[in-house]
Amino acid sequence: MRGVLAIALLLTACVSPSRTETPQINDITVFAGSSLTDAFARAGDDFTKANTRVRFIFNFGSSSTLATQITNGAPADVFASADESNMQKVLDAGLAKSPRTFASNELQIAVPTGNPKRIAGLADLARPDIVLVLAAPTVPAGKYALEALAKAGVTARPVSQEVDVRAVLNKVSLGEADAGIVYVTDVRSAAARVAGVAIPDQQQVVARYPIAVVKGAKDPQLAGQFIDYLTSPEGQKILAGFGFSRP
Amino acid sequence: MSSERPPALLAALALVGVAFFILPLAGLLARAPWQSALGELTTPEALTALQLSFVISLAATALALLLGVPLAWIYARVPFRGRDLIRALTTLPMILPPVVGGVALLFAFGRRGLFGQALDAIGIRLPFTTFGAILAATFVAMPLLVLTVEAGLRSMDRRYEDAARTLGAGRWVVFRRVTLPLIAPSVFAGAVLCWARALGEFGATITFAGNLPGTTQTLPLAVYIALETRPEVAIMLSVVLLAVSLAILVAMRDRYLRAF
Repeated sequence: MRGVLAIALLLTACVSPSRTETPQINDITVFAGSSLTDAFARAGDDFTKANTRVRFIFNFGSSSTLATQITNGAPADVFASADESNMQKVLDAGLAKSPRTFASNELQIAVPTGNPKRIAGLADLARPDIVLVLAAPTVPAGKYALEALAKAGVTARPVSQEVDVRAVLNKVSLGEADAGIVYVTDVRSAAARVAGVAIPDQQQVVARYPIAVVKGAKDPQLAGQFIDYLTSPEGQKILAGFGFSRP
Repeated sequence: MSSERPPALLAALALVGVAFFILPLAGLLARAPWQSALGELTTPEALTALQLSFVISLAATALALLLGVPLAWIYARVPFRGRDLIRALTTLPMILPPVVGGVALLFAFGRRGLFGQALDAIGIRLPFTTFGAILAATFVAMPLLVLTVEAGLRSMDRRYEDAARTLGAGRWVVFRRVTLPLIAPSVFAGAVLCWARALGEFGATITFAGNLPGTTQTLPLAVYIALETRPEVAIMLSVVLLAVSLAILVAMRDRYLRAF
């Protein structure tokens, strides 16, 4: 046992010769909107390459669920929301301050591969033969979808209001729904199973993603470094690779 | 009945055990907006969910009775090869995570499912419909009824059935006029448990039937959705579910609240 410890210490000494304290893994708990699932997993990997003593714990879900969890005392270090109003809930509760916008996202219509129902735009979603699924109006993706439909002057009747945007994507990729309104990044992440139909600029809704360190974070400095990293050129490059636009 | 003083350690652990169940209930009740309780429960969204939940859970119970009582009779009376395996398979949804049940239902009866394609061809669609939600609730709740009724059948006095037969009653008449009345308490208990489970169903419903107010958004789904935007409504709906569940346990205290 003592031998193992000695080797471990020796290894650490080799890796970081300037540090003399024992190696300590710092957990950083990130609550992030479910549309960030893939991008943050990659960004976390990349960040830990440069900061080997960091371990990420991700909690992905609808931003509204996450905001409820945080305002009820969930131990988050960083909160990344898919909209400004859920960040505002956390700010209003005094649990975070000075959020930064680190990315933006646009909407797209997700359809099964090959677009069997030949959906060309939002207007087609009102067709009676289309089984449409949206996110619930209480979660950002659902709210944005309704805004886009309103801009297009389309009255659509979804058969389901799913709990988050990933559930919408799943219903389309399983073939249960003919169409769903999701983020551009969601379509890209499921490119093998769904195709995207673009929404023109005049009907488009841009989702801005704010991020902030949560009050009571275990290591606010480290949490801040992760946010700096996301807004740095390297972080932005990773986010762009998943389809996010610049803030 | 003899009473004895428990060892201190047992008493302390038992106390923690009780607190573990009581504290969350206390938390819920403490946050309930009692002054506006009626107002929260009569909002259109709450009323719609309440009404839909009763329709779906009662329909699921009816379906479970229709299919479950015959199934229980077969399990109790007809020994056949593989009976234990079949019984295990039909009991599985009781302990299976409901979301897994919902996914399985989707892969069987969804539009691209194993049998769903044939259903779709004749114009029947189950996901996203109220009937789909009824099926999801039946799937998770029926095993409770089957087990309860089978236990009743196994413990009943079969001499009454023999007597009826010697008097010339046919098999169906024996079942309907003798067996069924004798096991009525078990059937009732099974139906109530099944109904309570159907009322609380969440995972299979949201996975298989989706979530749409007035069509598939039952009480538990409404609680989940409202929690983020209208917590007062969510809490009051939770209190309703809590009250109903408690009423069922108290009504059935002979079975579940007394020691064996």
